Amino acid sequence: MSQPTQVDPRGLRFVAGVTAVVLAVVLAIPSEPVRIVLLAVQVAVFAVAAFIGLQWSPYAIVFARLVRPRIGPPATFEDARPPRFAQVVGLTFTAVALVLLLAGATTAALVATAFALVAAVLNAAVGLCLGCELYLALRRLSPAGA
Amino acid sequence: MTGPLILLAAAVVTVAIAVLMRWKNGRFAGRLDDREVLTPEQIGAALGDRATLLQFSSAFCSPCRATRTLLTDIADRVDGVVTVEIDAEAHLDLVRELHIMRTPTVLVLDAEGAVSTRASGLPRRDQVLAALNRAVESST
Repeated sequence: MSQPTQVDPRGLRFVAGVTAVVLAVVLAIPSEPVRIVLLAVQVAVFAVAAFIGLQWSPYAIVFARLVRPRIGPPATFEDARPPRFAQVVGLTFTAVALVLLLAGATTAALVATAFALVAAVLNAAVGLCLGCELYLALRRLSPAGA
Repeated sequence: MTGPLILLAAAVVTVAIAVLMRWKNGRFAGRLDDREVLTPEQIGAALGDRATLLQFSSAFCSPCRATRTLLTDIADRVDGVVTVEIDAEAHLDLVRELHIMRTPTVLVLDAEGAVSTRASGLPRRDQVLAALNRAVESST
């Protein structure tokens, strides 16, 4: 098995923190256009991180250019697979939220946004990957022998 | 008005999950009702002379590596204790049989392979050592 991609854990926290702020603003500002634009931006950011690579997320680029030079290299690295999976989970929730918002189901859209926000805050504040915690529980549901 | 209310609810849920996880991680269960016995064939490795630390891991799991490092270090220091790591996704039948819901989950097996106690999440060293003590005492 090849060595999995390694990432700076502080960068992951930073990305989760920016994500949390964006999603909190979506909930806090009662303006449909602002919400649509911010959610669309967040969906795009999640998509880049999930499908191209964590280090290509615009937030991760900001971290690498502006934050890391000031705080020096990390003491440890982390496996990129769990956080990348988390970006897929975040993408799913925010994409659903965006579609609901465009369809006029504002309350449902905000609830979906709140799920992504909870996961992002937990990730930023205590390093917990909520999507990862649920991963095995979901895999268990697949038919036996699959 | 809906947005701020949902924001508030999200904050409450976040704190609740963080507190719950801190309480739950590495908390070894007291007496288990059904002491299942695992064989070396089932876990794909020989049992330790005194106890076995059996860790279930998966690819999407950041605390799994830290757990592995801790268990390996303990097994190196304590005589008769070995550590075995199982890829949960490759052993879903065993995962279902043992009701494993998240990774990492650590099972402490006594010398006969009976499940003495278990915990999920990254444990602390003292939690593992206390659980090991009980497993060794129960089988002697």
